[in-house]
This record gives sequence, structure tokens and C-alpha cells, in this order.
Amino acid sequence: MKYLAFFGSYLLFLRSCFRVPDKGKMFWRAFLAEVYKMGNDSFAIVSIISMFIGAVAVIQFGSQLQGSLVPMTILGRIVRDANILEFSPTITALVMAGKIGSNIASEIGTMKVSEQIDALEIMGLNSANFVVLPKVLAAIIAIPALVIYSMFLSNLGGAISCYFTEMVTVDMYVAGLRESFDGFYVTHALTKALTSAFLIATISAYHGFQTEGGALEVGSASTKAVVQSSIAIIFFDYILTQLMLFK
Amino acid sequence: MIEVGNIIKDFGNKRVLDQVSARFEPGKCSYVIGASGGGKSVLMKCMVGLLTPEQGSISFDNRDFLKLDYYEKKKLREEIGMLFQGGALFDSLSVQENIAFPLRMFTNKNESEIVERVNFCLKRVKLENSNQLFPSSLSGGMKKRVGIARAIALNPKYLFCDEPNSGLDPITSRVIDELILEITEEYNITTIINSHDIKSVFDMGDHIVFIYQGKALWEGNKTELGNSGCVELDTFITASEFGRGGK
Repeated sequence: MKYLAFFGSYLLFLRSCFRVPDKGKMFWRAFLAEVYKMGNDSFAIVSIISMFIGAVAVIQFGSQLQGSLVPMTILGRIVRDANILEFSPTITALVMAGKIGSNIASEIGTMKVSEQIDALEIMGLNSANFVVLPKVLAAIIAIPALVIYSMFLSNLGGAISCYFTEMVTVDMYVAGLRESFDGFYVTHALTKALTSAFLIATISAYHGFQTEGGALEVGSASTKAVVQSSIAIIFFDYILTQLMLFK
Repeated sequence: MIEVGNIIKDFGNKRVLDQVSARFEPGKCSYVIGASGGGKSVLMKCMVGLLTPEQGSISFDNRDFLKLDYYEKKKLREEIGMLFQGGALFDSLSVQENIAFPLRMFTNKNESEIVERVNFCLKRVKLENSNQLFPSSLSGGMKKRVGIARAIALNPKYLFCDEPNSGLDPITSRVIDELILEITEEYNITTIINSHDIKSVFDMGDHIVFIYQGKALWEGNKTELGNSGCVELDTFITASEFGRGGK
């Protein structure tokens, strides 16, 4: 019953968010600022994580293939598919849940406890729409863009790993990367990225809006946002994978 | 003029406001006083639409707020200014942007007109040349003054002040009181002030409503306050520093 009430309250919150903005110019300005903040500020962490994921994937898959009769070009193909299908969309989303999700929840939570949300309401604005919609749409743009960037960097990380470990030559790895490429995998990854972006932004904003009290509650809202966003990402990862890849 | 009629507000099984009725005239500083937890903040939140009462009417110049549709409420709210206890300034915006915010949202003024109005409001609250400061660098008194400047930016017909003197030294407190009084008289605003500060009430209370345990027990003005004949009000006054001889 508690979970049903939570879900109902989340849906009502979404309904109040998704309305036509009061003033397009102000919305556009907030949206661009959010895209810049979410995208630009996350480049470094996504770059580091993606490079190392690709590098580690090469070593782990490569060590299992060594000594087998399978041609080693398959390593590039396996790493590519693992990166595109799972590592880049899911791990980037989980990292973003920690970074963007906690930021959204604590920012809105602080606005709530310091009466800034009340100030917006009294001015006659739909505070959920004004504060949350730019963040949701910015996340929907920024996170898939970061996932595409992560796909590229993780495969690059794999190549660097090949160069240093000499598990396979870089040429063989690249040949593997180009072998039997299925474009639908990118569609699948981007579908997951879009879903994750929506979940991160809305769940975090919801918890921010539910904050009552003070600093302690803001911290608690931030934690809930990260935990629930992460669980939702993994859950939808499974659902979407089954729906899109299971034939 | 604002009239509240037989307002009832419950939180769960607890009745917080019990048939509260009052009438607030324009051009006067009306005070709602009472002990903490007595219901005065809830009454103010009902009046500005942050809470919906179970029963009763709230009329702004014969427009019953509770019967208005979404857009009519939105329009009416543009006529309301509110000064929050902590200022409720938007942390991410400078003083200028905070005051310009309602102007950008609800008017079609161009940039130079907005800056002109912001400077006028800042001059009105005696904070000239503070345009580029951020809320984090302002003192409590300055935050309240910026809050007043933001509240009057759209020339409101109704001004609500929640504990305008709380956390301020006596001199700053007096400055804020005088500012509210000046603005109220100059623009013929209907001003409603929630306060514990009995000295302010004695100085400026053109109209006073005493709320005790959710009921409006006494209504009068500052000259009648000393001879109210209401035991609970006398106890409240004598318990205050002012009543104990702080005068």
C-alpha cells in the first residue's frame, strides 16, 4: 500500500511537471544552463570511467580467450558489444544517478526547506514545472550524449589496453571492432540512456520536492534519490533488454 | 481588502484553525499575533494558497480565492507579494536577478525597464548598489530588505509578511517595520503581518487579530491592545520581553 501511494504521488508530481512553461524565454534559459551544467561538468568523470571500463574489459575477456582456438579478432567484437549494450549506458547512468541525481535532489530540497519553492508558488508559478521540467529535458539531452561519448571512449580505452598489454595487436582489436556491427545495439543503448535520464531526473526531483525539515532531510532526500534512481535504472535495464533483444 | 470567513483547517485529527474570521483593510498594517503553534502561520498559508482549508472563504476584493479556477488564481497571485521569514531569495540569482524575476515572469518590460524598476525597488529599501551581490553574502536584515524589494516589484495589492523581525537586532527590526509601514501607506496595500514582536505590534498595529489555539480570540487595534479584556492575550503580552518592561 505504501509503495502504491508513493507511485501515485510520483505520477501526480509528473503530471504537474509536464505542462506548458509559463514563460518560454525563461524556460529556454534555464534549460540551456542545465544542459551545460549536466553535460559539461560530467565530461571528466565519464571520460575516466569509460576509458578504464574499456581497458579492463579487454583484459578480462582477453584473458579468457587466450589459449583457445577462437580467433583473437573476436575480442574487439565482444568488448565493443559489451560496451555499447551494457557498460556505457548502464554504468554512465549509474554514475549520473550519483552525480546529477544527488545534485537535483539536494538543490530542490534546499529550495523547499528555505521556502524558495513556496515563493515561486505564491508568485503564481507552477513550481514543479518551472524548476523540474528544464532539468528533466536537459537530462534527456545530456545523458544520451554522454553515453555516445562513453561508447567511443570505452572502445578507445580497449585499444589503449591492447597496446600496453599486447594481449592482441591494436590492428586485430580494431578489426574486431568493425566486424559484424549491428546498428540496432546503438538504438537499444540510446533507448536505455533516455529511460535512465528520465528516471534519474524525475525520481531525484520528486524526492527534492518531498523534503520537509532542514539539512538532515535534504541529505536524506539526496540519498533516497540516488538509491531509488539506481534501482530503477537496473530494473528498466533488464526490462528493456528483454523487450528489445530477446527474440 | 481581504476577508476570511469561518476558516477551518485540520491536519489529520488535529484542528489547527477553528472557524477563524477576520477582515483586513487596505492601507493598514494588520497583525496576526499568537503563540507558536497557535495557527497563525497556517492561516497565512491558507490565505496565500499554499494550504487549502477544509471549510470557509478567503476573499480578495470580493474574489473568493477558493472558488477561482487555476488561471484566475494565477492571475490573482500576481497581485500578491510575500516577505518570508528567511527571505526565500533564490540562491543562484544575484540581488538584481532576484528582484527582476517576477518582472521577467509576468511583464513584457524590456531589459532597461527591468533594471530601472529593480534600481527603484532597491532604492526604496535603501540598498542601492547591491545589484550584483548574491544572497549568501547578505546579512539577515539585507535579505529581508531584498525580500521586500522583490515583493513590491510588481506593485502588489496585497502584502504578506511572515515574521519580518525574527532574527534581527532591534535597530534593523525597526528599519524593516518602518519600511513595511511606509510601503503599505504609500501604495495603499493590504498588508498582513505574522509576528511575535509585541513592540512592533504596539508601534504599527492598525488592526490586530489574536489567534489562540486555532481560534481568533480577539480583534482590535494597538490602542485597544492594553485593555483587551482577553486573559490569553494579556498573558501573551506580559510574557513578552516588551510586556516584562523591555519597553
